[in-house]
Amino acid sequence: MPDNITREVAEAHWSKTKKLMVTTLAIWFFFGFFIHFFVSSLNNIVILGFPLGFYMAAQGSLIVFVVLIFWFASRQNTIDEEFGVAED
Amino acid sequence: MALSMKGDFTDNLGKIYGIYVGGFFAFVLLMAVLSMVGVPDRFILWSYMAMTIGIYAFIGIMSRTAVVTEYYVAGRSVPAIYNGMATGADWMSGASFVGMAGTLFVLGYDGLAFVLGWTGGYVLVAVLLAPYLRKFGAYTVPDFLGTRYNGNAARLVGIIVLFCCSFTYITAQVYASGIIASQFLGIDFEIAVFAGLLGILVCSMLGGMKAVTWTQVAQYIVLIVAYLLPAVWMSTVQFGIPIPQLTYGGALSKIAEYEQILGVAKAHVAPFTTYSPKDYFFLIFCLMVGTASLPHILMRFFTTPTVREARKSVGWSLFFIFLLYFTAPAYAAFSKFNLMGLFANAEGLQLAFTAIPEWMLQWGSIAGHQLVTICGVKAETVMAIQTACEAKGFVGGFPYAELKLNNDMIVLSTPSIAGMPIWVVGLVGAGGFAAALSTADGLLLAIANALSHDVYYKMIDPKADTKRRLMISKILLVVVALAAAFLARTKPSDILSMVSWAFSIAAAGLFAPLVLGVWWKRTTSMGAILGMIAGFGTTMYYLIGNVYGFDLVKGTGDEIVWFGVASISSGIFGVPVAFVVTYLVSLFTPEPSREMQEFVDRLRLPSGGQMMVQGAND
Repeated sequence: MPDNITREVAEAHWSKTKKLMVTTLAIWFFFGFFIHFFVSSLNNIVILGFPLGFYMAAQGSLIVFVVLIFWFASRQNTIDEEFGVAED
Repeated sequence: MALSMKGDFTDNLGKIYGIYVGGFFAFVLLMAVLSMVGVPDRFILWSYMAMTIGIYAFIGIMSRTAVVTEYYVAGRSVPAIYNGMATGADWMSGASFVGMAGTLFVLGYDGLAFVLGWTGGYVLVAVLLAPYLRKFGAYTVPDFLGTRYNGNAARLVGIIVLFCCSFTYITAQVYASGIIASQFLGIDFEIAVFAGLLGILVCSMLGGMKAVTWTQVAQYIVLIVAYLLPAVWMSTVQFGIPIPQLTYGGALSKIAEYEQILGVAKAHVAPFTTYSPKDYFFLIFCLMVGTASLPHILMRFFTTPTVREARKSVGWSLFFIFLLYFTAPAYAAFSKFNLMGLFANAEGLQLAFTAIPEWMLQWGSIAGHQLVTICGVKAETVMAIQTACEAKGFVGGFPYAELKLNNDMIVLSTPSIAGMPIWVVGLVGAGGFAAALSTADGLLLAIANALSHDVYYKMIDPKADTKRRLMISKILLVVVALAAAFLARTKPSDILSMVSWAFSIAAAGLFAPLVLGVWWKRTTSMGAILGMIAGFGTTMYYLIGNVYGFDLVKGTGDEIVWFGVASISSGIFGVPVAFVVTYLVSLFTPEPSREMQEFVDRLRLPSGGQMMVQGAND
């Protein structure tokens, strides 16, 4: 443990980090797997020629993944700063 | 000289790559002009290859280094966005560039398992691993395992897994670069393999990770331009809007109409026509978890300056990868729409023998590969096609169902199919070559670094000086590269399967020990070692048993199948086994020492600098 950080702070930081991990992976699971279980029904909705089920696997989920990682990175930064454990 | 270059280089990245991009566009423009004034095609194709390989070699030589941290982790000075581009090139292999759109063309919706699997894994990298591995400050992935799990046993098992997955993968890359070089330069496949190898070695040997990083950035730019341009071209020609990712909805509806007209049973957008839902989701799972376990990808995140940059860098990596992957389905749709149109608009829905386009024969007659098949024969001459089709009862022409295209030719041939000029064809070839080279570079470095740093330095001769270690690393690089080239010459299997196996192997052997090492303090050395062995063993057992059977000969009937799972998803058994074994054994062994638990605590905090201090204990 670095000298200037107490065990309590470190534990609180880690518990928030874990919560963020669970949230992020839940969103990941939803767009990586769950939504594609319903591809056949989603394909009945067609937008601009794209059946929605196909679109989600070809583009929609991918966009979510990219945004999700940047969102996660900024959230984790906020957490690090909140507990004073961010890099200088 | 080398040192002063380095300062200049990282300080002026924007300027340097700005000039590079400008120069690259000027070169493409020059090729366009030359092709218009009638310079022979062959000259244009050779120029593309010579020019791009020359540039990569130039960057490799400019960033040569003899400093250990530069050689192993590019001096940890790569900004997030550039590391993102380098990771993109590292990631997108010959298989992605050459094979992805072709797979989507043939499989339709089911092929999207690859698109999803090869992007979603980065969420796991960002959340579970990259920041912690960066904080640790290792040179290699086995380095982390060896430290977290107290010693050389864990390090050795890690190296074995790394070697198995990376070597499988690199053989596929050398094979792919050989195919591209032989088709575009018209030289023999066996010679082309070694020509490709030379290009790979020039970059990685002189400057290690540093040279590979800056070459990969350059290669990313070539490959993404080469991939996007034909798609933008087709979108503009057909729909008047240069955004293929938006307009291919129109192509999809057209394909659906054509499918009705031509009586194609498998609709392009319909799910689970080739894979069962089980295969589809298992494959996605294995590819995602494999992404988060492949050492050549994880080590790219060792090169960022800070933990914060490492996280952001994963986002940039996925963004740059996304640019290609969300274009691939558009590429596939436009090609399919073009091709089906030939038949749907023809008289009697049959393509007349007299109207067979030039490209079918050109690609069909390439020796040694079955790229275009019509009525069951290799499409070499109109006569041969006509004879075969007439034997099947088709007079005057043949229907859509009798045409079979190989997955690997779709991207490379689309420019000629859609009637684009030779300078676009050459550009696409250069892009495919860049993709294969950059991935091979990263893989080669991952293997050579693990062997020189972990095996030689940490296990055999801990007193070896810097010069000796780098020398060993460079020699091993050449040895591994030659071994891969010799294996590639035997054309072992198709590119996509080999690549998918590498993912399953990595996922089964490395994911559990890496993730639990950070996220579960109670994980013991014995637990991790047995977990790795169990996971890796289970997947290898299934892979070999499923593909070859235990007499190691294909198709002799002793192959095993568990729950109907395909070999490309064999990680589905190994990953849970590794987790369960690690968990149970850890509970039955004494908990890790106090120092180790504090080590994990420090790993979890970004502040306080990296943990392995260079010079002191490297």
